[in-house]
This record gives sequence, C-alpha cells and structure tokens, in this order.
Amino acid sequence: MKKDQTRPVRFLLGDERRELSAIDPNTTVLTYLRRVERRVGTKEGCGEGDCGACTVVLAEPEGDRLRYRAVNSCIQFVGALDGKQLLTVEDLAGSDGMLHPCQQALVDCHGSQCGFCTPGFVMSLFALYQEAGTPNRNRIDDALAGNLCRCTGYGPIAAAAKAMKAAGQPDRFAHRAPQTIAALKALDDGAMPHLEANGHSYFAPRSVEQLAQLLTDHPSATILAGGTDVGLWVTKQLRQLGPIIWIGEVAELNRITVDDRWIEIGAAITYTDAMATVEAHYPDMADILRRLGSEQIRNAGTIGGNIANGSPIGDSPPPLIALGSRLVLRRGDRLRELALEDFFLDYGKQDRQPDEFVVAVKVPVAEPKRILRCYKISKRFDQDITASLGAFALTLADKEVEDIRICFGGMAPVPRRARQVEAALKGKEWIRENVEAACWVMSEDYAPITDMRASARYRLQVAQNLLRKFFIETTEPAARTRIVVERRAAHELA
Amino acid sequence: MNLHSAATAEPTTIRGGVHNTLAHDSAAKHATGAAIYVDDIPEPAGTLHAAPGLSARARARIKNIDLSNVRAAPGVVLVLTAADIPGTNDVSPIGAGDDPLFATEEVEFHGQVLFAVIAESHEAARRATRLAKIEYEELPALLTVDDALRTQSFVLPEHVMKRGDPVSAITHAPHRMKGQFRLGGQEHFYLEGQASLAVPMEDGDVLVHCSTQHPSEVQHNVAHVLGRPNNAVTVECRRMGGGFGGKETQGSQWAAIAALAAVKLKRPVKCRLDRDDDMIATGKRHDFRIDYEVGYDDQGRILGISFDHAARCGYSADLSGAIADRAMFHADNGYFFEAVQIRSRRCKTNTVSNTAFRGFGGPQGMLGIEEVMDAIARERGLDPLDVRRINLYGDAPRNVTPYHMQVEDNILPELITQIEESSAYRRRRQEITQWNRQNAYLKKGIALTPVKFGISFTTTHLNQAGALVHVYTDGSVHLNHGGTEMGQGLFIKVAQVVAEEFQIDLDQVKITPTNTGKVPNTSATAASSGSDMNGMAAQAAARKIKQRLTEFAAEKYKVTAEDIAFLPNRVRIGNQEVPFRDLVKQAYMGRVSLSATGYYRTPKIHYDRETASGRPFLYFAYGAAVSEVMIDTLTGEHTLLRVDILHDAGKSLNPAIDLGQVEGGFIQGMGWLTSEELWFDEQGRLRTHAPSTYKIPTCSDRPADFRMQLLENNPNREETIHRSKAVGEPPLMLAISAFRAISDAIASIANYRILPRLDAPATPERVLFAIEELQARMEAAE
Repeated sequence: MKKDQTRPVRFLLGDERRELSAIDPNTTVLTYLRRVERRVGTKEGCGEGDCGACTVVLAEPEGDRLRYRAVNSCIQFVGALDGKQLLTVEDLAGSDGMLHPCQQALVDCHGSQCGFCTPGFVMSLFALYQEAGTPNRNRIDDALAGNLCRCTGYGPIAAAAKAMKAAGQPDRFAHRAPQTIAALKALDDGAMPHLEANGHSYFAPRSVEQLAQLLTDHPSATILAGGTDVGLWVTKQLRQLGPIIWIGEVAELNRITVDDRWIEIGAAITYTDAMATVEAHYPDMADILRRLGSEQIRNAGTIGGNIANGSPIGDSPPPLIALGSRLVLRRGDRLRELALEDFFLDYGKQDRQPDEFVVAVKVPVAEPKRILRCYKISKRFDQDITASLGAFALTLADKEVEDIRICFGGMAPVPRRARQVEAALKGKEWIRENVEAACWVMSEDYAPITDMRASARYRLQVAQNLLRKFFIETTEPAARTRIVVERRAAHELA
Repeated sequence: MNLHSAATAEPTTIRGGVHNTLAHDSAAKHATGAAIYVDDIPEPAGTLHAAPGLSARARARIKNIDLSNVRAAPGVVLVLTAADIPGTNDVSPIGAGDDPLFATEEVEFHGQVLFAVIAESHEAARRATRLAKIEYEELPALLTVDDALRTQSFVLPEHVMKRGDPVSAITHAPHRMKGQFRLGGQEHFYLEGQASLAVPMEDGDVLVHCSTQHPSEVQHNVAHVLGRPNNAVTVECRRMGGGFGGKETQGSQWAAIAALAAVKLKRPVKCRLDRDDDMIATGKRHDFRIDYEVGYDDQGRILGISFDHAARCGYSADLSGAIADRAMFHADNGYFFEAVQIRSRRCKTNTVSNTAFRGFGGPQGMLGIEEVMDAIARERGLDPLDVRRINLYGDAPRNVTPYHMQVEDNILPELITQIEESSAYRRRRQEITQWNRQNAYLKKGIALTPVKFGISFTTTHLNQAGALVHVYTDGSVHLNHGGTEMGQGLFIKVAQVVAEEFQIDLDQVKITPTNTGKVPNTSATAASSGSDMNGMAAQAAARKIKQRLTEFAAEKYKVTAEDIAFLPNRVRIGNQEVPFRDLVKQAYMGRVSLSATGYYRTPKIHYDRETASGRPFLYFAYGAAVSEVMIDTLTGEHTLLRVDILHDAGKSLNPAIDLGQVEGGFIQGMGWLTSEELWFDEQGRLRTHAPSTYKIPTCSDRPADFRMQLLENNPNREETIHRSKAVGEPPLMLAISAFRAISDAIASIANYRILPRLDAPATPERVLFAIEELQARMEAAE
C-alpha cells in the first residue's frame, strides 16, 4: 500500500482531536486511555469484555444526528476509534462540575458501593440516555447486561436508569451535536487509516477491492471485525498481532440487503445492526442474538466474525444453519458461495484460505409455513456462553414433516446438524411417539464433551428435551414452556 | 468573641448525623471516575510492574526450574524466587508457615506462585512469566473433600461441639433420617483485582498502597518477608473496589512481592493481578459436604441432631479454622436443638487455599440445617414454614445454642410472623400449588427462611479497634480509624458518628485512608464488625476531645461542665453560644490538645474452645426472606420471580447504606447458590477463572418484584454504637430462601412428599438431574 493512500487514525477524545500513527496497533483503547491519556476513570475488571468496568462510548454521525454505542475498551484496539468521538467517564460532568443526569441519578439512587464498576455503568447509562423515550425494565436489563456489579444487586442502578430522564431535557452532548458531527466529518479525507509501530502494522481498508488487495499482499494478516474474540488473543493469550486488517470501514461489508429470497448480511455488520432485520423475520433468532453477548459485545461483534472464527459455541451458526443459510467468500477477485454448514470442517478448522475473507452470509427470508425455534441453555440467561443451543426449523404439510433441519451448538467440535434425528422425523407424522423415537437417535448425532459449562450427560439429555419442547410448542400453543419468556413478561410489568 | 442571642435562628440538627439516609461519601467520585484505587495512583517515576509465575500442576515436586528465558525476555528487570527472600518465606495470616510467598521444592496446587517477574510494563511482566521451563515430577493430588476424607488429609485437627446426648435422642425419637448435602464454593469476584504499589523509602523501609481489608496483617507479613520490624513497613488503603472477604488475607502475597522487589531495586513496584491469575491464585469460599442424622417428633420438632461438616480448605490453613468454626456456630441457624453434636473436619486438598468470604462459614452451616428443615417437612407432609417455626429458639430452656450460649435477643418468631403476613406467604403457597397443577412444564416454588447471625469475631482477641481524631484550628476534623472501606459504607457511618458526637455538619469531617502509621495493630475489617467497633472507637476519640473542650470552656467561661452543651455547629456555654470553630480556636490558644486516639473492645464476650462453650457473640442479627421461583422441568433453567425481605439492622446508622447491604448481599448469595460454579478439572485446574466462565448475577437476574424492608422500632438490646446492628454479612444468607424455593418447585412434582436431591449451586444441570432422580424414585415407589 502506497504511503500517500494512507493516513493516521483520527478521532475525537471528548471534544479534542487526536491523531495516531506510530502506536502499536495491538494497543487496546483501555491501555491507551489509562497510560497515554492518563484517564484512569475507566477501569480494567477482566480484560476480556465480560465485566463492563472498561465501558466507553463511541459516537459517530448517522445522518444529521449522532449515534452512541457503548463498547468494551479492554478488547477494542485503538484503530477502531477512527472517525469516532470517544467519550469516557471523565467527559460527562460539565466544566462547572455539574453531574450528567445519569451520574446524578446514580448518586441519588445509591447506585454505587465500592464504585469500581461505576464508571462502566455510567457509560452504559449514558448511551441509554441518548435513546428516545424512557426505558422499561427489559431495555434496562439489556443495556446493563454487560456491566457486572458485585455490591449493589443492581436494583439501585436500574432505578437510576429509570430516573435519569425524569428531567427530560436533552443534555449538553445533544446541544453540541452539530459541532461534533462537523468535527467528525472533518477527520476523514477518504484515505486508508494506517498504524505502524514495533513492527506491527494496521490497515483499515475502505473498499472491498482494497481489502482483497491487502490480503493478497499480506496473507498472514489477522482479519479484524468486532474484536470481541481477537481482542482476547492479545489481552489473554498475550499474542502480538500484525499485520491487522480491520474490516469495519469497508463500505460493501457494512450493508444488509433483503430481496424476495435472501437476507444478505455483510461481514462487518454488528449484531446490533442486524437485530431489526433478523427480528422481523425470525424473532426467536433475534432473542438468541440478544443473549449471545452484552450490549457492548453486540455493538462491536459481527455475525461474520462469529462465523469466521469457527467456534463450536458461537451462537449465530446453529439458527443460520437450521434455516439453510449460505456463506459468500472472496479471494482476490474471485467470489464463491457455499452452504454455511460446509464451512465448518473440524474444531478450529474452516473452509477458508488465509487470503480469503467472508463477504456476507445469506439467510433465507421467512416463509409462512416454516417454523423456527431456538433455545439457548447456559448457567446465566444474559451474556453467557452456551452449554447447548438448539435451533429447529420445521415445515409441516398437514400433519406430516415435510422438512426439518436441526442444528446444535455446544454438542460437537463444530456447529452440527442432527442428521439422524432429522431423518427419523422427515416424512413422518408430527406426533409425540415419533418425536420420542427421534430423541433416541440424538446420541447417534452427538457425542458431546464434559466441561465447565455442562456435563456430556446433561448436554445430551437437554438436547433431547429441547426437541420435546419444540414439539410441545408446535402442538400445544397455549402451554407455558419458557422461563426466559416468563421472566421478560414479569419484568415488563415491573 | 461571637455572642449569639437566643433570638437568632440556629439549625436544630446537624447535616449528616447518625440514623440519616445519606449517599455513600464517595458516590459522586465513583460516578465521575474521580475515586482513586491502587492502580489509579499516579505512578512515581520509574515504577516497575510485577507478575507472578504460577504452577501448572496441582501437586508436584519441582525437579528443575529454568528461568533464563524469563530473565532474558524484553523489559524484564528482575526475577524473584524464594532465594531472594531476606526474611521468612511465609504469608500465612496465622503464622502457620504453610503459605509460602514462593513455592520451593514442591507445589501444592495448580496456580501456586513459584516466582515473580519484575518488568518495565505489566504486559512485559506477564508475557515473560510464560517463558519459564519447569520440570515437574507429578505426585498424586487430592482434589475433593472425599479425596481428603479417604486419605485423612487435614490442615487442622477436627473440632466437636456437643450438648446433651444426641445419639440417644435420635435413637429414641419417633422419626429419624439421615442425609447428605453438598454445597459449592464461591469466587469473590471483587471488580477490582488484587493490587499493591510498593514505594521504597529510606533505611530500606517501604510504603505499600494495598487494596486490603487488613492493612495491619499486610504490614506484618511484608515485614516478615523482608526480615524487618513492623515499623519499617507502612500500609495504606483509601478504598477497595470490593472485598467480600477476598482481601482479608489474600492481599499479603502481592504486597510482599511488590515490596520485596521495591526494596531490592529501590524503585516503585506495582503488582496488579490479571483477572485470570487472580481467580486461579487466590482463595475462595469453602465448599462443604454436610452429613446429618436427625430425630424428630410428629410435628417435625427436632429432638436430636448430629452434623458432620467437611470443609475443603485447600492446601493451607489460612483462616479455615475460624471459618469452619463459624459454620459450626451457625449449624443451628435460628433453631433450638435439645441434643446436638456438630463435628467439623478441615480437609487439606491440592487446590487453592480457601479463605474468608462474606458470612465466613456461617452460610454453609445454615444451609445444612435448612436442608434438614425441608427434609423433615417433606417426610411429615408439612409446610416447611411450619417445621421451621416449631423449631425456633424460644423461652428457657429452649434458648441455649449448641455452644451453650443463651439467646437473649431472639426476635425471629415476631419477625417471621410479620413477613409471613406482609408477603402473603400462605395465600401464595396455595396459589402456587394450584398453578403447578395447571402447568405441566414450568413449576413454581416458594420458601421462607430465617437468618440468625452471631456478631463478633469468634477469635475473641480480635474484637478491638482504634481510631485517631484531630480537630484543626478552623474546626474541621480529620478522622482515621482501623476499618477499611470496600464499598460497604463504613467510612460514612463512622463519619456520621463523629459528626454526631461533635454536633458538626458531616462535611466538616474529613474521611482519610486507613494507614498503619496512624492506627496500629488493627483487626481486619471483617465479621461485619466494621461500624460496631470502629464507630465506637471513633466516638471514644471524639469524646476525649469534647471532654477537653468542655473542661477548657468551663474554666474559661467560669461555668460548670453541666452548663455546657454541644449544639449543632455551636456550643452553649452558660447563657451564650459559641460557634464550634471559635471554641476550638480558643482551646488551641489555651494550649489544649485537639487530637485523641480512641479505643474499643467488645464487652461481655468470652469463649472456651476446649469445651466449645461460652458467649462468642455480643448479639445476633436477624432477618427473614420469602422467595418465589419458577423452574423449567425440561431444561432445569429457573428464575426468581419475587423476593420479600425483612431485615434487622437495629437502629440503623444509615438506612440507605444498610438497605444496600441487604439487597447486594441477597443477590450475591443468590449467585452463590444458583449460577456461580467453581469447576475444577481432573488435573485440579480451575476452569472457571474469568467472568466468561464464572457467572455472577447480572441485572436481569434481579427478581421482577423485590420488596425490602428494615425492621422498624428495633434498637439493638446491647449497647452498640447508637443501638445499630452489624449488617455486612447477615443478608447474604437470606438468599437461602431462593435455593429452598427451587427445591420446593422440584418437590411439587412429587406432591411435596419427597425431598429432591439438589446440591448447591442449583445450576440448570443440577436442577434437571434432581427432577429426573425424583421422577425415578416416584416410579420406583409405584
């Protein structure tokens, strides 16, 4: 890549412009804040994006307004700040010391005890504050699911989330939005952001052509999307990555298109940005995306990354495979497409060449006859890694199974279809006896392992029970079958 | 001289006295990021960073350790091993000599510290630790309580408490049963990990900023390691980002590593643990196996009971003796046993050394008897609440504990009646039973459980505290005491006490970091004792100064002491009123000392461990909770729907702070008993060593309907600080109601006549298997 085609990473820290070019691209935003900027209000709690103590907010223009997203600074690299306004807990109070309404509400509601998680909560609350309307309990739970507090039991913090907008006034960030947007737009000249230090380089291509070329030039590069997995390679495995190619600024990968057959989700689309489309077609899958990670993770992580990293416990592949989704890959200027299930070859092994990249996943649009149900089993409802996740897509003709596709995560080295179970059901009448018979062959499809999330015995048992549950839900619509639905309904009233 | 006529409007109360609902003193600092924790202190020039090198085996002889690659790694300045210790290679809190700073010939758990890297950056230090070449000769490792019992491996001798003849009482009881119950440990998951910053001083002395509940112990341990007297080491702690018992003894090792390197290199050294290292290398709540045998009558009244506690202590003693003792002290919870024996065995295993955790064994002991209550209720076909009620402590002779202490302040019968009514327990019990008949797949459960928790360190000599109060010439006050702030609101409570004593506004009282140079020889901020003891000590210090001011004023104004009264921000002397600050200035000019220490030791308590009898507690704190849950019989998932709590904080010093302890304690206890699972693999490696795998509750796990109340008109019957009660630990045990409610929901499947075999934590897996096992027993019975 020629020097004149690149430029430094540029962003706003609060209202001040920053340019970075000679910083190691493995530097996380948290490390940058605490060591370079000496902003120590943002805390490290875990270094893996699971506790939220490091939460910061990124603002970027979306039309004539600013969009605010809470993210985990501990696993975001500095390059991802390009074109954005980075806001930390130090930015919120006015220069006169007047607390921001979300800070004041936390104080008034006794929302802090030890205070170490508080800056992270403040930033999640701040992002929530920028949304329209007063949040209900479920929205508050979702917005705060990625912030752990060990002291308060959350009640006072949730109360603050309800109370913070009582004054109902736009805050000073809203008043300053036109200037902020102008300042942000002035950062970009269309060139490619680039960092280089300690022998590690970083590129943020703007087009799919640039990306393809960079990968041809640097086939060993790490392709970085949301960083919610790759970030941990650095913070936990202590790896030093380079070159890093960030796809977050590739225009073509940041699109969702829907035609009469396919929903095409670009590889850089975050869970948050995919949510509305997915929800419109497959509400059950949207709930899986909601529970897959916290708000901070959903704001950064991508479905493309969830597929490409090939984890056996990634939550988006099972429903996508059950639906018959297809994956689009590109290498140089050659595109190819394959059934998503064929992409996962074995544990940690995917059908992707080093210089090849995921362009998009194509999901079939909803069909009236097809029922999709997804069930995620984990020790905790929110922000937990799956012990077992079952996705069931069923098409009935009268009472007969015309088509059924079942895919589980957490049950095999890769997300894998229950082909024996499917075969036992296909063409058969959709009745309890046949479902029970199919349960028996589940152990032919899966030989799960025992680990810290669940035992092999439980995984197999619960997989069978999830098939039973799916049958109950399709045949006894009035039956109450889901704790997660019950508790959200109860919280809706709270 | 300022003379104020009686006509002048003066405030009738100070701002921020005792019993006021006030925000945490640091609330605004927390919310703006201005509150400073150890890792936030501006690093002195040249600060280096330490990271520990951990054992990769649960038990092994070290055949060879090659650290040459570690030393050669980029940024590495020094590598410390046991050979570098000038003093004693031990950081045991009880001086047991079994907690080496660095392991030498043998490692005794996976994660034990073998060496420490000191480097230019935190990352460089961590990265270098992974380059060590260690040859292990593996030895058979004992991982579980059962392994230890089988091989008779203990860290301390067994201990027995006994009253009456339980064997005979059980034998002759109309009904008898035996059972076994297992409960898991718990990771503290303080949001701020262990952290120390050691700054070298002259003469080889060292100042250590440490996130610790026990600065004095850190001081003593650092001194031992350095081979220096205690006065060479100063430890300071402004606040912790959470403690929960996990920073009672567990801070010494990291403080000592930092101090050792700092003294050696004459450079500041920080040791802040990465979360995974913290979770692997520091102790947790003890998991227990509890075996019981009980005899009871038709109504479920216990006639005789015997408990056998086995606690997994890990590889060293740490505080396990006192913790296992406290489990025994709470094996009765709020219930009277006519005849009882409690045996406790302290198992040595090749796992991390378990340590203090909110409740300090009490929750484990209580969980045992609450299991028995349900077991009896199921067998008798009674509502578990009725069995609990009939067994409560009452009037003499039904008021003697297994350790021969008389319960003088029992309020549980009235407290339970109050919450039974306010929570509509009976009506909801019926509605739930009905609901369960109508729903095949989801089931609901409800349970009411009480808490009676003994307040005082059971190690009697620890029940002492000191404070230091200065009044400056402008009337502002500097407050210091031996207690530490970990979020529990101790500092503001003690400041309220001092403001109340001087009758000055709270903002005139400066809260200052705990420092071993100001108040020496302190006890840990633990056992819920913080405000009881430090509040009293600070009050005593303030009273000394008040006494001097009174004597001075009486002489100067020629009045008697009775004619002097401290009114809000002023002092009435005879028929005139003088602002507090003016009197202070006058006293200074009159050469009166305006600084005083205060000291407190808890009265009445004594305990003879030989005979396991005495009065280990000054008083008890009480509470009760009703939890309602829903379970999924196909997956074992569950959720908490509603919780009602009525808790006894005496005459609360600060109801907002105390309610925060109640709510937070409950949710923490709920996490322990439901989603938090410590999972060790067959090699003894903890595999749940980060928040990605170890799941504490999140916001949505809070019940939809949460009703909390402090018991009103209920001053402590003992002369505690303004008649308040300790509140740090007791509410955690209210969460036992959530666990029992899950058991109740499962029991509904068998018409409430069989006790489900459900161990803690009640993960979806355990719940599903309990359901299956119950169904199998029902089928077998048919």
